[in-house]
Amino acid sequence: MSATHPGYYIPHDTRWPIMGSIGLFALLGGFAMLLNGSSSAPVVMIIGTLILVVMIIGWFGTVIKESESGFYNDQVDISFRHGMIWFIFSEVLFFAAFFGALFYARIYSVPWLGGEGSVGATTGPLLWPGFEGIWPTNGPAEIGGAFGTIPAVGIPLLNTIILITSGATVTLAHWALKKNQRKPLCWWLLATVLLGLVFLYFQGVEFAHAYNDLNLTLESGIYGSTFFMLTGFHGLHVTIGAIMLLVMLLRAMRGHFTPERHFAFEAAAWYWHFVDVVWIGLFIFVYWF
Amino acid sequence: MSANQAHAHAADSIAEHDHHGPPPGLLRWVFTTNHKDIGTLYLWFALIMFFVGGALALGIRAELFKPGLQLLDPHLFNQFTTMHALIMIFGAVMPAFVGFANWLVPMMIGAPDMALPRMNNWSFWILPFAFTLLLATFFMPGGAPAGGWTMYPPLVLQGGSNVAFLIFAVHMMGISSIMGAINVIVTILNMRAPGMTLLRMPLFVWSWLITAFLLIAAMPVLAGAVTMLLTDKFFGTSFFNAAGGGDPVMFQHIFWFFGHPEVYIMILPAFGIISQIIPTFSRKPLFGYESMVYATASIAFISFIVWAHHMFTVGMPLTGELFFMYTTMLIAVPTGVKVFNWMATMWRGSMTFETPMLWAIAFVVLFTIGGFSGLMLAITPVDFQYHDTYFVVAHFHYVLVTGAVFAIIAGAYYWLPKWTGHNYDETLGKWHFWLSTISVNVLFFPQHFLGLAGMPRRIPDYALQFADWNMVSSVGAFVFGFSQLLFVYIVVQTIRGGKKATDQVWEGAEGLEWTLASPAPYHTFEQPPSIKEDSAHPGTPLPAH
Amino acid sequence: MMKGIVSSAFAGRSAGAIGAAFALLSCRDAFAAWSDLNLPVGVTPLSRIVYDLHMLILWICVVIGIVVFGIMFISILRHRKSLGAKAAQFHHSTFAEIAWTAIPVVILVAMAIPSTQTLIEMEDTSRADMTVKVTGYQWKWKYEFIEDDLTIHSSLAPSSREAIYEDPSRVENYLLEVDNPIVFPTGKKVRLLLTADDVIHAWWVPAFGQKKDAIPGYINEIWVQVDEPGVYRGQCAELCGRDHGFMPIVVEAMPPEEYEAWVADRKAAQAEQKALAEREWEKPELMALGKDIHLTSCAACHQADGTGIEGAFPSIRASEIATGELRAHIDVVMQGRVGTAMRSFASQLDDVELAAVLTYQRNALGNATGDIVQPAMVSAVRDQMRRIEEGG
Ligand code: HEA
Ligand code: HEA
Ligand code: HEC
Ligand code: CUA
Ligand SMILES: [Cu+2]
Repeated sequence: MSATHPGYYIPHDTRWPIMGSIGLFALLGGFAMLLNGSSSAPVVMIIGTLILVVMIIGWFGTVIKESESGFYNDQVDISFRHGMIWFIFSEVLFFAAFFGALFYARIYSVPWLGGEGSVGATTGPLLWPGFEGIWPTNGPAEIGGAFGTIPAVGIPLLNTIILITSGATVTLAHWALKKNQRKPLCWWLLATVLLGLVFLYFQGVEFAHAYNDLNLTLESGIYGSTFFMLTGFHGLHVTIGAIMLLVMLLRAMRGHFTPERHFAFEAAAWYWHFVDVVWIGLFIFVYWF
Repeated sequence: MSANQAHAHAADSIAEHDHHGPPPGLLRWVFTTNHKDIGTLYLWFALIMFFVGGALALGIRAELFKPGLQLLDPHLFNQFTTMHALIMIFGAVMPAFVGFANWLVPMMIGAPDMALPRMNNWSFWILPFAFTLLLATFFMPGGAPAGGWTMYPPLVLQGGSNVAFLIFAVHMMGISSIMGAINVIVTILNMRAPGMTLLRMPLFVWSWLITAFLLIAAMPVLAGAVTMLLTDKFFGTSFFNAAGGGDPVMFQHIFWFFGHPEVYIMILPAFGIISQIIPTFSRKPLFGYESMVYATASIAFISFIVWAHHMFTVGMPLTGELFFMYTTMLIAVPTGVKVFNWMATMWRGSMTFETPMLWAIAFVVLFTIGGFSGLMLAITPVDFQYHDTYFVVAHFHYVLVTGAVFAIIAGAYYWLPKWTGHNYDETLGKWHFWLSTISVNVLFFPQHFLGLAGMPRRIPDYALQFADWNMVSSVGAFVFGFSQLLFVYIVVQTIRGGKKATDQVWEGAEGLEWTLASPAPYHTFEQPPSIKEDSAHPGTPLPAH
Repeated sequence: MMKGIVSSAFAGRSAGAIGAAFALLSCRDAFAAWSDLNLPVGVTPLSRIVYDLHMLILWICVVIGIVVFGIMFISILRHRKSLGAKAAQFHHSTFAEIAWTAIPVVILVAMAIPSTQTLIEMEDTSRADMTVKVTGYQWKWKYEFIEDDLTIHSSLAPSSREAIYEDPSRVENYLLEVDNPIVFPTGKKVRLLLTADDVIHAWWVPAFGQKKDAIPGYINEIWVQVDEPGVYRGQCAELCGRDHGFMPIVVEAMPPEEYEAWVADRKAAQAEQKALAEREWEKPELMALGKDIHLTSCAACHQADGTGIEGAFPSIRASEIATGELRAHIDVVMQGRVGTAMRSFASQLDDVELAAVLTYQRNALGNATGDIVQPAMVSAVRDQMRRIEEGG
């Protein structure tokens, strides 16, 4: 179905962005108030969140309506595609900051504190005598106390398999969509969402285990910091991805998408693959080595 | 011009709208998706922020006018320095360039608007809220952030209530920048009129394409860095705490991985503007169009592997220091290519010196001076002496004020007739130029001497041997600052009336935007023009019909 | 050189307040000596090499600048429309473009070679004659002469501090004077180990040609070999909070024999100080000393009158801690409060000084508890702290 709408569709007047700004303002401003111990902060945050939710639903709703009414020609479709690709690229760089912190700590700061290298030669023996500088560590002051780590073989491996499988199921859903087979499309999508939820469930179990049994917390020095920031932000992205796929499932059930035009579906799938790839990085560098 | 004709398909759209002009009322500005409206919003926002940041700078210069403390408590002084920089960078210079991109990129490549107009609105409207968060800290107990715009821990974490607000404000600015950059990239890659090949695009468009890439790669890293600050302060992590196995210097690495590309984010669009102006007033094609493109791309690439030149004194291993020294020096080569190309464009031209050209020439000279001091800073063993002195302050104000800001002003004069339909007052424009150019050198040149003689930066008070030049510098600052009021006057005057501008405005101006009416109609290029290029004028595409 | 110009530059200044023109005129002595506008040559082997390197690059840049700006100004003067210039239409030249890529590369390589050599030399801290560990605090420096087992605390001299809000022009070495200068022997390679206790500071004496950050939890090394006796001044060079601008460094370079004498002298004084800690102190003595300590160590945050800065630094006046239970007061000051700017002063102040400042805060600044804190009490707490540390 090529363009039913000649020319590039330019919406006129939109109220969603300003709502988004106000919502973001209230949410983040409220969070800052919360961190400063203000008692009215939760209310502000809730209001902000509600505004944001309404905004997201409204904004995407409008876009879906426009899309289904055939307003978007191929060029608009390409704009969306490029937009999504660059958005994912920015997300990659966001994770890169935390991976960078992990690598820096492991390659430089921890060995230095343990007395290695030109920087460590005096730092180690003079300031932190007795500290070995071996990963995993919570630092010379043993912040947070002794802790255990989570072996790669176990939940992490299981979760790796789950996520890779979900990457496959979302691809199967895509193939089904391209062949205009509704039923398999919905089933494969459902499977993907469920795999995502199972992943999150296991992640939750793992976090609970870390906190309750291993004394491994966000406060366990640099190991705990990098571990929970990376896995935590990844988990957040899995959640977002799962919600996106869920919306796609609902839309597919309503008969949205055609074999030729289903950008939203593809965007969600790309996002899911991105989340997948980040996980593999996590599995290798956080759990395995 | 026929590009602004209404089209038959208006009835297809969901929203009721008028193809001829903007809807009336103030809410127009809040709800607009029009790239010209949004460009205007960005530019006004930037101008206001320039004055807020400038007022803080004048506070700094007033305190430094003579030795002893007269006006600002040292803690407040540090807040001024920090907020001055944050506001100038994220509130003035970056939004100004995004404003230019919004106005010009669609007109230059023959697109009907930006690719993602709703998101375009959002990119802008996040900014006022982000700066509300940031500026509100001035009124909180403990005051505004005072740890420098570089936000180094552990110092920044000693801030009171402001820390969380600072971090979330930075997050919001980041979201805004990323969305703005995505829009620019997608517009350029997807919205070009038929025949507008990449190597026919005006240089301004090229520099923004590359800048947008830098933004998308750099801003998320900053977001990550400040997020780690947040968790270190409030959630017990140890990223920047040696006792827990972290390292305060790690923050600096992550910050500057963003921070250095950031400074090129602030100069590449400036290069783009200058590359439009110089050919126009030389009446001669831009020299070395393709090498300009490659040079810009090389600068962008190298900018990701030089970051630690801001941290030569942190005690990196020798190999690291050498690596970053060499890569930093290398940037002089592509930047030199640009300077030489501008020089060659002027050579044997037929030059006139209207206000935009004056600013552009001043840009080339003064930016190059700033580049030279940058190169001196790149030499690690000597940077040990220069680092954290006023020599650095002089360097970056030459590249930022006489670089980025001068280019913004040059561009504003250059396109003002196209935007407003009126010619500005040339005499006043020249007054503005000469007042600014002389005073800005009185302001910043002596800071080289201060730095070399040993005056550290970020100090509210100084030893007596630095008194003379500080006084000179402060006098320059006030003259420069107040000269900018003249600019506001000229802009307002031009908007409200004046001689009607022709479509081409400047005799030597070439490119699509000059084929449109002045002022440019609310909607342009709804039917894409088809493009050919005059082979004698690279980078100045024209409609084929 | 920097230190010489202070007085002369100052004499010629007074008229400068009126405006740019006057200010420029009054700088005539600054114009008189080019060296005042430039990097100091310095007094160490390294600083001289660095100076030469600086001049080399500076001149290269000046020459390139003259060529580039010269060509531009020739076109501006000659190729103007008003003179009837017709625009040429050339828009590239492969030869020129290759040339102006290649030539800068060659120039840069020529700069990189001596720079690399210098850097390697600067980073070589081996074979040092003596070692000094330098610790930065908000806002003072601690120097530990490792071999000589001598510790010195050095902060902004009261003469400067008192003048900040008054008339600095009468103070000699305004903001560049400390209460306890340190001494380096001339001709000896001194290795400095730099670290910090709270935030990042940077140790810099321009005449030595070295600057390095002092980072909490890490140690950086530099070396200094002063050839000429004299007094050399510098400042903290990394933003470290409110009093970053008031954290000077003063190093006197003396021949080795005099250095030895200085060490012996300081150690004797410290032994005397120690003896003082054992005796009972009178209240007026404590109050007088306490006032000094409060001004040099605490006033930057809590202010000279003890009222603090709202939202950032609590008031000592009528503070629950400073008027309540003594032990809590001692603990805050000796152990600090983790995660705030209030850090432990146990390692920065000795028992007498701590006792004095505590007594002062409890009986001045609007407080009147009547408590007298004796050095012996502080010493007891110190022992206790040490035992806990060893036990834990
Ligand atoms: C627009 C912003 C901008 C730009 C374009 C630049 C450009 C450059 N900067 Fe600058 N810089 C800043 C903004 C910018 N900088 C800021 C804000 C800071 C301080 C941040 C802070 O600490 O707060 C800083 C600090 C800074 C430092 C750290 C100093 C310190 O803290 O100790 C260094 C060190 O290497 C440096 C180097 C350079 C170099 C080599 C260039 C080069 O790109 C310059 C290249 C240009 C030329 C060299 C001139 C033209 C070339 C020729 C004519 C060719 C022939 C020339 C030769 C062969 C010599 N800069
Ligand atoms: C784009 C960026 C940018 C711009 C445009 C400027 C512009 C100026 N800067 Fe800024 N500056 C920085 C970026 C910038 N600066 C950065 C990054 C730092 C480092 C911060 C840090 O260390 O963390 C810095 C630091 C800095 C310092 C060092 C402070 C210190 O180390 O303690 C100084 C001191 O002179 C200074 C001065 C000025 C002046 C006088 C201007 C002038 O160009 C400003 C021109 C003035 C105006 C435009 C004012 C106009 C206002 C009026 C005329 C009236 C006012 C109205 C009312 C009061 C109602 N700046
Ligand atoms: C770098 C700044 C700084 C310096 C210097 C400093 N303090 Fe503090 N001080 C603080 C801060 C911040 C707090 C509040 C800590 C908190 O929030 O718990 C504090 C708290 C205190 C308190 C507790 C006040 C109360 O009511 O809670 C006392 C007593 C005190 N300081 C004494 C001193 C003494 C004595 C000195 C000097 C020897 C000193 N301080 C130097 C920053 C400083
Ligand atoms: Cu210590 Cu600045
Ligand atoms: Cu840089």
